[in-house]
Amino acid sequence: MDIQVRVWRQEGPSDGGRMVTYDVKDISPDASFLEMLDVLNEKLILDGDDPIAFDHDCREGICGACSMVIDGVAHGPEKATTACQLHMRHFKQGDTIDVEPWRAAAFPVIKDLVVNRGALDKIVAAGGYITAPTGAAPEAHATPVPKKDADLAFEAATCIGCGACVAACPNGSAMLFTAAKVAHLGLMPQGQPERDTRVIDMLQAQDDAGFGGCTNMGECSQVCPKGIPLHLIGRLNSDYRKAVRKSF
Amino acid sequence: MAVTGLLLVGFLYAHMIGNLKIFFGAETFDHYAHWLRTIGTPLLPEAWYLWIQRAVLTVAVLGHIVAATILARRARQARPVKYAHRPKVQGSYAARTMRWGGVIILLFVIYHILDLTTGTLNPNGVAGEAYANVAADFAPSRWYVTLFYTLSIVAVGFHLRHGLWSAVRTFGQQSPRGELYARATALVLSLVLVVGYLSVPFAVLVGLVD
Repeated sequence: MDIQVRVWRQEGPSDGGRMVTYDVKDISPDASFLEMLDVLNEKLILDGDDPIAFDHDCREGICGACSMVIDGVAHGPEKATTACQLHMRHFKQGDTIDVEPWRAAAFPVIKDLVVNRGALDKIVAAGGYITAPTGAAPEAHATPVPKKDADLAFEAATCIGCGACVAACPNGSAMLFTAAKVAHLGLMPQGQPERDTRVIDMLQAQDDAGFGGCTNMGECSQVCPKGIPLHLIGRLNSDYRKAVRKSF
Repeated sequence: MAVTGLLLVGFLYAHMIGNLKIFFGAETFDHYAHWLRTIGTPLLPEAWYLWIQRAVLTVAVLGHIVAATILARRARQARPVKYAHRPKVQGSYAARTMRWGGVIILLFVIYHILDLTTGTLNPNGVAGEAYANVAADFAPSRWYVTLFYTLSIVAVGFHLRHGLWSAVRTFGQQSPRGELYARATALVLSLVLVVGYLSVPFAVLVGLVD
């Protein structure tokens, strides 16, 4: 299939950047979106042009590296799918596809489609840990965990930290990310000692990193490749309220 | 947002129930309007309760606006470069229009106070003649007032549809089933409010109140 892509080109952090149109011919409908960009890059290199820089790693939908907004939707039009797992068969012959980096003050563009998502690491560093001694996996029955809590903690822990929630949020908020991290540790018995400081510190780190505030629009959950549920934000709010009350 | 918002919703409901007294006739309605001034007496001097409520509501409105402004400014700073391609937000129409809807509601509240509280912009505008003031306000020849009123009330309805649910979430609502209940309750409460408020001008329009 033949398509056109309009890609954000930006030489470096200080460059203004612009959308540039490229023709991509004879792409297999079974190619992934990133493979399509690979084909385009090979052509650009042969033509002596600068290839398009984009982030990728596992290409199996679990690393969270492929950060790109495709036709205005983070990770593209398919539900619960990362850009690397999005296939060209979901587009039509002759389509013009817009590809942009995550847009957030906290995610400065390094080059083209590559952004620095280190702000998410700062949120994790502020409280995304437990102080219980780790080491070899303990006996599974030593610390009973209710099935409901284990399931929800696991669901929250599937967050791959890709940043799509921030890219999609009209407020540029990282609330779904922070909520997922707070929930998956806070639901476990091992996560209890830091439960109160965790939620306060992680929210503070989020605000300090320049993310916006949450207004419960729900865009984050719609684009999340792992389907992190929106109600975790309610859990975050509840934990925060309790932690603040206890701190008085 | 949530605390001040819920305070204002409480007032909206009390105000709507009061409005519906207009269907019991001029005497009842004017008596109700007068009674509002006597709440709290003899513990408080006449009209003191009314002024305390007005002060609390003003603080709530200002707090609501300040919080909304902070959120809007943070949102703008959090995304300095806009997307070239941005489809409509997938969330509800109500969620998308919170900020401009709020501005429309504020303008309406200012007009509404000048119209039916101070009487400045009211064609009858006599203090104590609440029923006659309302009837004169929504007379068929002043269709544009009714239109503005209708648009504003619908804006309030949309504002509450997202706002009520969002407030519950802010207070920590966190189960998937509770989310469905909260959304449904927000929709029903908003609809009841819109119907309750709009029944008055349309009753004037069809001659039920004159």
